[in-house]
Amino acid sequence: MPKDSGIGASDKRREDVRFLTGTGNYTDDINMAGQAYVHFLRSDVAHGRINGIDTAAAEAMPGVVRIFTGADFEAVGGIPCGWQVTDRHGNPMQEPRHPVLAHGKVRHVGDPIAAVVAETLAQARDAAEAIKLDIEDLPAVVDMKAALEDGAPKVHDDLTSNLCYDWGFVEDNKDAVDQAIRSAAHVTTLDLVNNRLIANPMEPRVAIGAFDRASGESTLYTTSQNPHVIRLLMGAFVLGIPEHKLRVVSPDVGGGFGSKIFHYAEEAFCTFAAKAINRPVKWTATRSEAFMSDAHGRDHVTRIELALDGDNNFTAIRTETLANMGAYLSTFAPSVPTYLHGTLMAGCYKTPNIYVNVKAVFTNTVPVDAYRGAGRPEASYQLERVIDKAARELGVDPIALRRQNFITEFPYATPVAVEYDTGDYNATMDTLEKIADFGGFAARRAASEKAGKLRGLGINCYIEACGIAPSSLVGQLGARAGLYESATVRVNATGGLVVMTGSHSHGQGHETTFPQVIAEMIGIDAGMVEIVHGDTSKVPMGLGTYGSRSLAVGGSAMVRATEKIIAKAKKIAAHLMEASDADIELKDGAFSVAGTDKSVAWGDVCLAAYVPHNYPLEELEPGLEETAFYDPSNFTYPAGAYACEVEVDPETGQVTIERFCAADDFGNVVNPMIVDGQVHGGIGQGIGQALLEACAYDEDGQLLSASYMDYAMPRAGDVPFYKVDHSSSTPCTHNPLGVKGCGEAGAIGSPPAVVNAVIDALQSGGSKVTHIDMPLSPSRVWAAMQA
Amino acid sequence: MYNFEFVKPSSIDEAVAALGEDEAQALGGGQTLIPTLKQRLARPARLVSLSGIAEMKGVGAEGGVLTIGGGTSHATVAAEAAGSYPALAALAGNIGDPAVRNRGTIGGSLANNDPSACYPAAALGSGATIVTNAREIAADDFFKGMFTTALEEGEIITAVRFPVPQAANYQKFEQPASRFALVGVFVARGGDGVRVAVTGASEEGVFRWSEAEAALASDFSTGAIEGLSVPADGMIADLHGSKAYRAHLVGVLTRRAVSAAS
Repeated sequence: MPKDSGIGASDKRREDVRFLTGTGNYTDDINMAGQAYVHFLRSDVAHGRINGIDTAAAEAMPGVVRIFTGADFEAVGGIPCGWQVTDRHGNPMQEPRHPVLAHGKVRHVGDPIAAVVAETLAQARDAAEAIKLDIEDLPAVVDMKAALEDGAPKVHDDLTSNLCYDWGFVEDNKDAVDQAIRSAAHVTTLDLVNNRLIANPMEPRVAIGAFDRASGESTLYTTSQNPHVIRLLMGAFVLGIPEHKLRVVSPDVGGGFGSKIFHYAEEAFCTFAAKAINRPVKWTATRSEAFMSDAHGRDHVTRIELALDGDNNFTAIRTETLANMGAYLSTFAPSVPTYLHGTLMAGCYKTPNIYVNVKAVFTNTVPVDAYRGAGRPEASYQLERVIDKAARELGVDPIALRRQNFITEFPYATPVAVEYDTGDYNATMDTLEKIADFGGFAARRAASEKAGKLRGLGINCYIEACGIAPSSLVGQLGARAGLYESATVRVNATGGLVVMTGSHSHGQGHETTFPQVIAEMIGIDAGMVEIVHGDTSKVPMGLGTYGSRSLAVGGSAMVRATEKIIAKAKKIAAHLMEASDADIELKDGAFSVAGTDKSVAWGDVCLAAYVPHNYPLEELEPGLEETAFYDPSNFTYPAGAYACEVEVDPETGQVTIERFCAADDFGNVVNPMIVDGQVHGGIGQGIGQALLEACAYDEDGQLLSASYMDYAMPRAGDVPFYKVDHSSSTPCTHNPLGVKGCGEAGAIGSPPAVVNAVIDALQSGGSKVTHIDMPLSPSRVWAAMQA
Repeated sequence: MYNFEFVKPSSIDEAVAALGEDEAQALGGGQTLIPTLKQRLARPARLVSLSGIAEMKGVGAEGGVLTIGGGTSHATVAAEAAGSYPALAALAGNIGDPAVRNRGTIGGSLANNDPSACYPAAALGSGATIVTNAREIAADDFFKGMFTTALEEGEIITAVRFPVPQAANYQKFEQPASRFALVGVFVARGGDGVRVAVTGASEEGVFRWSEAEAALASDFSTGAIEGLSVPADGMIADLHGSKAYRAHLVGVLTRRAVSAAS
């Protein structure tokens, strides 16, 4: 039975009242007295040597306060990278310098060259046009294979080549994998591209820097998924501001999908410039700027081989991937194709031998970093596509082939260095079979064919690693930060609670779900709990929201802090009722003494903590406020089975999604409605990747998909009504809530299901097509059908 | 956006006078021009808004001819031409999104002659007459290639006259991102024969597919054009489709339009 309060209740999202009525407070809504505006003059060539920047005429333009160039930033650090990958030979990756404003060279279209600060934005733009640039065009490198060839133009002159790293995982598995593939009964090989995407959150990035001369304190307001991380990276590595003199605030954030995790040059610029001119400096990205300066996602080129024995058991997987880093290393870029991708290559299957090779490549394109799913969609896509291809080659049912190879015993240590704590992949597949009506597919296909359409059914079984992660493990893997989370729970004298959490919602609904957890623990109304987040001056420490980690890690920290609160409150209650601590029980918002009718309400205990007239002062401090840091012992491993049905118009190649069903195992679910919404959004984004979205460059490094006129976002009409089910649940074994995370699942699980369905449809019409690279646009599908 | 002067005349004569000034630019619904200005890709000294001119607005049918004022919005055409010229109304009702349809005008669209716009196909396919402040121009003489028309500097489209055909249909295959026509085909069968106008496909902008017109004139059925195709040479190739794909779609959409109009 669905609950009507606490954990498991579909509370309406309280934040939506302000989001839906235009009363949210986004960074661009903030305007400070005396603020100036910055406009960035960005490179319109992909690669060039800066021989001169003449700002004299521009400085004389009306309203100009000051013009900055790369030379102004020589004394400060570059934008740092938060993850260092060690290559196959034990050497650190090549790590180029990433200046705040371009220095010496420009390396991608959109690279900021100069920044004009003026009284108004229009004046700043006018003055930027008066800057005379002397930039010598250099040949650009866009294609990854070409970038690795001898004699290719180098993106960074001081590096030995465009190769960031050549990574093998697990290197010790390599010989056994090669041997298993040589001796296999059948090997299926697939070459594929995981298409480059642009995140396109509804709210573009914004940064406002401010400096208080009296206190010497800098403040940055920014559109970030993790303000504390920005404070650490920018303060310690770029500008040299100690944390107690730097405050970073992210108010309401209008979507991120990963692109607002990273520390961007514009943030450092606004903070630096505010101090330099002693005025607040504001920057709001235009949508055009977002296309060429927000980190892009995906962009892998992969060959995967799947080996099977004579009984169709998977015996080995070998992959070779080229991963585009773009022109500079964005904050977490090196980790995405490695530890968020290679570690997931076992999928849901007990394949004994796995080896993953990734070469990360610099090109003259916008930096690439985590985008909803980050590495895991790339892993799931190649694995689930090659399994589907193998099933077709072997003439076996794709579901049966998957079921035969499922991992069924847990915990399970994969050959790629992670241990799945729990799962039941047959159970999610059972659920899928129940909701997807596979039995009715033949009739639906017949009806489609009668209407001149081809119908296809595609399956995908994804797994992901969420709730990142154990700090000790990610530290070994190259992370330069810990990945715990913190929470302070403050109880007020009248019993209300405020939670200061290091997680930071950018649309996920933390303000609703986090209070549901505390309401459940104490037995009070969720309306008595308020969430504070997104401000380094209010929250002790935070690593932020990404990798579906907020509830699993941030929520767990909150649980730990609340447990401390309850333990202390029990002592106070014991004192008030003259009983022993051990006999106190908390239920439905009241403390009682076991076996008696003595009871004291939650509010009375809270009041006693702050009005300690009758209080065990010799044993307990007054007040009721606790902080906890939680560092998980493992990732969580959500998994699921997805089914997509498509229709293809054989005359035009147009694909329409007719049905989409998702059976997910997220462990325990706090708010089913919000989880449904997360899955819906994720599937929509995955359908966008599968059918519509393509970030494209020409060979000179010009961004061809630089606006919504050419970059196709999914719209409501492109997606069907989804059937989602998360009743099949194996709770996480190692966090206190038993939760796994749900934010990325849909985006990971849907692209392979869509592509598998299209291939199924085309083959049903007699086509021999075995693969089409995403997005499966009408023109690509039609072209594949002509081949 | 750069600074400009803004004037909003209330008559065609005043608008023509205002457009006689140096670097003046007519502004219809602004659905193309305003984004262009925001990108700083145009720098007119003066914008002459045509949206305050009552005599340029409205839809009227008389004697088998539908006359639409040049300043009439797509939404108005979609609503008011539905009874008299349903194929044209359906075309107007599927341009852009509601915001575009409520601001964008037929005169603005034809004067801009975007190679992927819908209205040029309707005008050419219907054998419409473009009426300006100075003269009348047959659609066959109006479109001069991508973003180019027979309009002189400062000339305003005051109305468009559509002879209402016996049967007509517009098939639009949308470019996935912009939702403009990747290819659009307007087929009309009238007293003078059959016209087939194709937008979105050619590097020369909207064009008539005369081979299909001839075949359909004697036999208005999909069978008559089975096997006919336009050459891929001269078609647009971009992220969203090759020359061959566009040429192929011209055939598919023409057949579908004929089928729907039959």
